Amino acid sequence: MYEFVTGPLAWLAFGVFFIGLTVRIILYIRGLDWKMDRVTYRVNTSYGIRGAIRSVVSWLIPFGTGGWKTHPVFTVITFGFHLSLLISAIFLPAHNFILKRKWGVSLFTIPEAVGDMMAILVMIAVVMFIVRRLVLPEVRILTTAYDYLILAIAVAPFITGFIAYHQIFEYKLWLILHILSGEILLIAIPFTKLSHFVLFFMSRIQIGMDFGIKRGGMKGSGLTW
Amino acid sequence: MAQGTLCNRKPINTEEELRALMADNGGKLYYREMEELDVDQNALWEAIQKTLKSRLKSWLEICVHCGMCADSCFFYLANNKDPEQVPSYKIQSTLGEMVKRKGKVDNQFMRMAMDTAWAKCTACNRCGMYCPFGIDMGVMFGYLRGLCFSQGFVPWEMKIGSGMHRVFKAQMEITKEDWLDTVEFEEEGIFDEYKGMSIPVDKENADIMYTLNAREAKHYPEDITEAAILFNLAGENWTVPSEGWEQTSLAMFAGDWEACKLQAENVYAAMDRLKPKRMVGTECGHAYRATVLEGPYWAGLKSGKTPVESLHYVEWVAEALRTGKLKLDPAKKIKEPVTLQDSCNYVRNGGLGKITREIMSYIAEDFREMTPSKEHNFCCGGGGGLNGIGRYHKQRNVGLQVKMDQILATGCKMVIAPCHNCWDAIRDMAKIYQMDLKWSFLKPILLNMAIIPDHFKLDEDE
Repeated sequence: MYEFVTGPLAWLAFGVFFIGLTVRIILYIRGLDWKMDRVTYRVNTSYGIRGAIRSVVSWLIPFGTGGWKTHPVFTVITFGFHLSLLISAIFLPAHNFILKRKWGVSLFTIPEAVGDMMAILVMIAVVMFIVRRLVLPEVRILTTAYDYLILAIAVAPFITGFIAYHQIFEYKLWLILHILSGEILLIAIPFTKLSHFVLFFMSRIQIGMDFGIKRGGMKGSGLTW
Repeated sequence: MAQGTLCNRKPINTEEELRALMADNGGKLYYREMEELDVDQNALWEAIQKTLKSRLKSWLEICVHCGMCADSCFFYLANNKDPEQVPSYKIQSTLGEMVKRKGKVDNQFMRMAMDTAWAKCTACNRCGMYCPFGIDMGVMFGYLRGLCFSQGFVPWEMKIGSGMHRVFKAQMEITKEDWLDTVEFEEEGIFDEYKGMSIPVDKENADIMYTLNAREAKHYPEDITEAAILFNLAGENWTVPSEGWEQTSLAMFAGDWEACKLQAENVYAAMDRLKPKRMVGTECGHAYRATVLEGPYWAGLKSGKTPVESLHYVEWVAEALRTGKLKLDPAKKIKEPVTLQDSCNYVRNGGLGKITREIMSYIAEDFREMTPSKEHNFCCGGGGGLNGIGRYHKQRNVGLQVKMDQILATGCKMVIAPCHNCWDAIRDMAKIYQMDLKWSFLKPILLNMAIIPDHFKLDEDE
């Protein structure tokens, strides 16, 4: 079982992840239409690029935009969640150990205690996401079962990983469950709202170009998000 | 396919049809017929498939239901944070549903979509600024309006408005003769006050071709006079076109894309005919948006720009004051605390917030910003055609409260509003909520402060 999930299934999962996201990016770009969108993508490109960079970068900085500033608690949870999720997944010693063993390379690794803390942060953040979906009327009205499913898919690798690492229950079983849940996550990303992994960038670049070229970007320094 | 005599899928193309629709006071019969209007589901889905591209499709799919758009929307805030006013909810329950159901929606749904698109959104685009993904629900509501219009589910005044542009090439029934008569009449009025001033019509190769709002021609001709005097004072080589003088576009508010194109092309034709160096528009937000920002795309211009460089009125004013073309008496600066409305269509969506503030520095001693301001400022509450739709008067009046609170918070009793819809909204809110408030366009203020060079002054005995 271990050989299967770390072998062919892993290949499949990563394959779907990388190819799927590439396809989504390509489909997005090919589906843009300067006439329908009313943005001349290929004209005034320098303004478009500047607008795109401002659009992406300002939203990648905590409290870098009016939106983040007016929602301080949510901003902290969101940045904490995403940063912990990405950093722990990519720079965990255990993951890089496998990478080294299989491919001979390892990335920079974070201390295990830090990885552990980040896993906990992810789980706490998910609880807070769930709470706000239940408690805030403006979020509740938008929330569907699908949103909870997405949260479950995203948090499962962290719960199972934490349990496996600390050997809270039977190690071998929870290790397999961790790997499987990670693969489910990887496969789900291109096909669900988790595709915001790349579509965040696509969408922000597009709106940045829109404002950069058409909606005022050529009249000065551009929009302050 | 049941279609009414007044309420149907055909846009208004003749004066006869227009008068018939206008005669139906308040759209009484029109809205009654709308309750029976069939939805051409095939046509609706076909339209969506042809026009819903990556950008809109991704916007609809990728919304993670975070709710950050909620308090960006003045309707949400003004309606006591009613969750049904959350922008994402509003668009997902209308356009989102329409797409999910592949156009298989019924009459009741379409009427709900119309009520949402025109009474729960002014397309101010503020939500687009506050969404982490940059999902612009204002743009999506504009798109939805187009689908609703194509199916005949459009507010009465909007159908009339876009019909006006189709029949009269202006938002009001003003023929070419009416227009030229108005110009002549206003010009004669100027001769009584000044000498050496005129309103040149159809002058070729002028520096400035001025376009305006048909409301000015019909109801506020003094605005035209003021504009003329100011251009003359500044020594501009300017003109107005005999045709293509109307810059506004109720067609845009109506979602009548075909008429949007025709309307913009009227102005561009005037540009081609008279070959001015630049076009300057009047103090109107949506006119600038429709003719200068969006118009080139409706007209299929690959540059995305108007045939001739186009300025919003505030850009001309700032330039005239900055360069000294127009001189103001500093002693006549506004002394009382005064605030400034940031019109969505040329501030948030046009980047001209710095320009208007430059103007304020020349005309006011105690300028106080609203909170929030500039591109983060709230819609006046009356944009997107809402000021003029009787069916949604109540909703509009509620929505005005956010802007009202902003103005009150500044402590100012005066607000500058260089935009017809903002001006109207503020006028109405002052009346409805009995505010002690003055509001003004720029023109009368500038005229009041302007230093009149001697060569314009009438001789003692004239």
